Amino acid sequence: MALSRFASSSRSGSLLKPLSSAISLRRPISTDTTPITLETSVPFTAHQCEAPSRTVQTTANELLTFFRDMALMRRMEIAADSLYKAKLIRGFCHLYDGQEAVAVGMEAALTKKDCIITAYRDHCTFMARGGTLLEVFAELMGRQAGCSRGKGGSMHFYKKDSNFYGGHGIVGAQVPLGCGLAFAQKYSKDEAVTFALYGDGAANQGQLFEALNISALWDLPAILVCENNHYGMGTAEWRAAKSPAYYKRGDYAPGLKVDGMDVLAVKQACTFAKEHALKNGPIILEMDTYRYHGHSMSDPGSTYRTRDEITGVRQERDPIERIRKLILSHDLATEKELKDIEKEVRKEVDDAIAQAKENPVPESSELFTNVYAKGLGVESFGADRKEVRATLP
Amino acid sequence: MAAIFQGVGAAAPLSSSPSNSFDSNKSVFSPPRSFSVVRSDGIVNLNPKGRSAQRLISNAVATKADSPAASSSSKPGHELLLFEALQEGLEEEMERDPRVCVMGEDVGHYGGSYKVTKGLAKRFGDLRVLDTPIAENSFTGMGIGAAMTGLRPVIEGMNMGFLLLAFNQISNNCGMLHYTSGGQFTIPVVIRGPGGVGRQLGAEHSQRLESYFQSIPGIQMVACSTPYNAKGLMKAAIRSENPVILFEHVLLYNLKERIPDEDYICNLEEAEMVRPGEHVTILTYSRMRYHVMQAAKTLVNKGYDPEVIDIRSLKPFDLHTIGNSVKKTHRVLIVEECMRTGGIGASLTAAITENFNDYLDAPIMCLSSQDVPTPYAGTLEEVTVVQPAQIVTAVEQLCQ
Repeated sequence: MALSRFASSSRSGSLLKPLSSAISLRRPISTDTTPITLETSVPFTAHQCEAPSRTVQTTANELLTFFRDMALMRRMEIAADSLYKAKLIRGFCHLYDGQEAVAVGMEAALTKKDCIITAYRDHCTFMARGGTLLEVFAELMGRQAGCSRGKGGSMHFYKKDSNFYGGHGIVGAQVPLGCGLAFAQKYSKDEAVTFALYGDGAANQGQLFEALNISALWDLPAILVCENNHYGMGTAEWRAAKSPAYYKRGDYAPGLKVDGMDVLAVKQACTFAKEHALKNGPIILEMDTYRYHGHSMSDPGSTYRTRDEITGVRQERDPIERIRKLILSHDLATEKELKDIEKEVRKEVDDAIAQAKENPVPESSELFTNVYAKGLGVESFGADRKEVRATLP
Repeated sequence: MAAIFQGVGAAAPLSSSPSNSFDSNKSVFSPPRSFSVVRSDGIVNLNPKGRSAQRLISNAVATKADSPAASSSSKPGHELLLFEALQEGLEEEMERDPRVCVMGEDVGHYGGSYKVTKGLAKRFGDLRVLDTPIAENSFTGMGIGAAMTGLRPVIEGMNMGFLLLAFNQISNNCGMLHYTSGGQFTIPVVIRGPGGVGRQLGAEHSQRLESYFQSIPGIQMVACSTPYNAKGLMKAAIRSENPVILFEHVLLYNLKERIPDEDYICNLEEAEMVRPGEHVTILTYSRMRYHVMQAAKTLVNKGYDPEVIDIRSLKPFDLHTIGNSVKKTHRVLIVEECMRTGGIGASLTAAITENFNDYLDAPIMCLSSQDVPTPYAGTLEEVTVVQPAQIVTAVEQLCQ
């Protein structure tokens, strides 16, 4: 792998200064924005289009941001694991650790005007879109401060002001919704795109092909992103899909296969896809990624794959480790500084959990709010228009 | 008191005196009314949009021209057919709000399989009147996704039965997103299409989906039955922030009526008083309204005075109108086209029993379609749905 060195006489100077200042919760270390040129781990594989270049431009600031964001997400998911085992989180909890590079890389390529919609493995995508830890943990624990007021749960995170459309429990149903978002963007001439994420399991849903067909016919700025973590719950991709080349499944729609554990490759691919979709209509991205946890907290994750496989991926392809190695080899920060970031992040998460634990559960009256919008005056409690019991004079 | 009653304009005819109760020995009834009286103060003008007085169709089969109400050309308003009324409502709303768009199969260039969207594509273009491929699941999903951003799509199912393919989208996304997002997103879609038993269309094309959708939390359901309320409900549904399912009926598209020229909407949650009466409350909706009115003719000749209410709002029920009627007549007959099991009538029976049991003199009778797939043979199909003769028998039984 050819790594061009960042050679600058000011390098040591820029490193020394921040080290001496107190490390605060904000990024303390190299905020240098001098471009660094790197290559992605593997080249892109393209279907019906020209693959983007392997060479990516980044900056020290960006790499450190990536590191911090991914470390935060990793810590958040692990903390959610403990909370689930402590029975503070109930029901379904689908964790994203291992796949952080997809969320972070995608966000780096987009603006808040672009829409993202995903399925139930949405905690980290929500964070990437600007959600706070308190909103995440409060929602997971069913408290008032949650992003959906405690009424949605793990699978229903939404953030309207940053165009994050959730958060959906039924496999594949979010893809037509995502194409609808793209349609609305085209209708309102937003010059923005929609990224509709789904998994390798959902890739076999018919509604995906229906939605892709309509998007291609109407030239919608929709990007379908298959987060291929190679397992649809307990079923490996080769047992579920006759053709596991998900990026080719669009047939007439172009596709790109990306190493989803390399945040820079993800960012490059998403930038490419956004440009493409605005001009030429839908494109499929396949992110080759991996989840360390099982499908959800009810799934141990070891009955259908070996522990060796999991540790193997963790050792060779872990997204955070990759960025750590990059940062260290380019001397953008020391090992200690990175460890300090991780400690900070851990503290942030712990603080948020403590805060969320204090947060009250929703009031009983919340049961009936938001069933209907206050359109023409309907407030529904039961079968009738206004009250559980109708009273007549 | 009068304010709560429907028909607030002229309070006198709606008497609530106890002299109308029935004796089991003989058929006592108030002085027979002439059936062709057209009430002009039908629905209460609580609607802030200022609706003009509604003109009622007093005959059961609308294409007959013997009604005194529809003949004069000097009366204001214009005459049109029900599908034209729907089209007018849709066109007016599309003009009024650029966020309204229509999507469905053959709604654009073809003009709509029942001509409800005729001419719209030419006027508003391909981006606002969208011809979709045959993919109900995804285009319903797309409409809902677009609505999450603020657009107001009107999604047409060519036949209501086809929307079963989109049940997941309608139930989970359309109905529930407002709730599961903690109020962040509203889904102002209108899902509409013709349903009901037609003329030998076969089992799969004669479905009544109101019974399947009624449990979905977060949606409103309305059924139109006249050109007047079709246009009014269409407009109200489009303007509503909530997802509304508008049930039309295959056999009612060619009904003719004179409707006002000015802008009006119908309240989505209100029932319509078709014919006030004293002896029995008949609750119905959509096509069965006409069977009921036909039976009402016979009943009046036999000396009964039925009160006919078109419930219109299938979810939520207008228990205020219904309750006041039950309070007056003490007998309820529900006539619906849904199947007996799990239909709208079943829910309505439960709602009335729970709320107004004290006012009932007899158990509620519910006439529904038979629990069978609709057969093709015409004679069998006729027996599947409720016919006027059965309604007459039921009222006689109820009023003994």
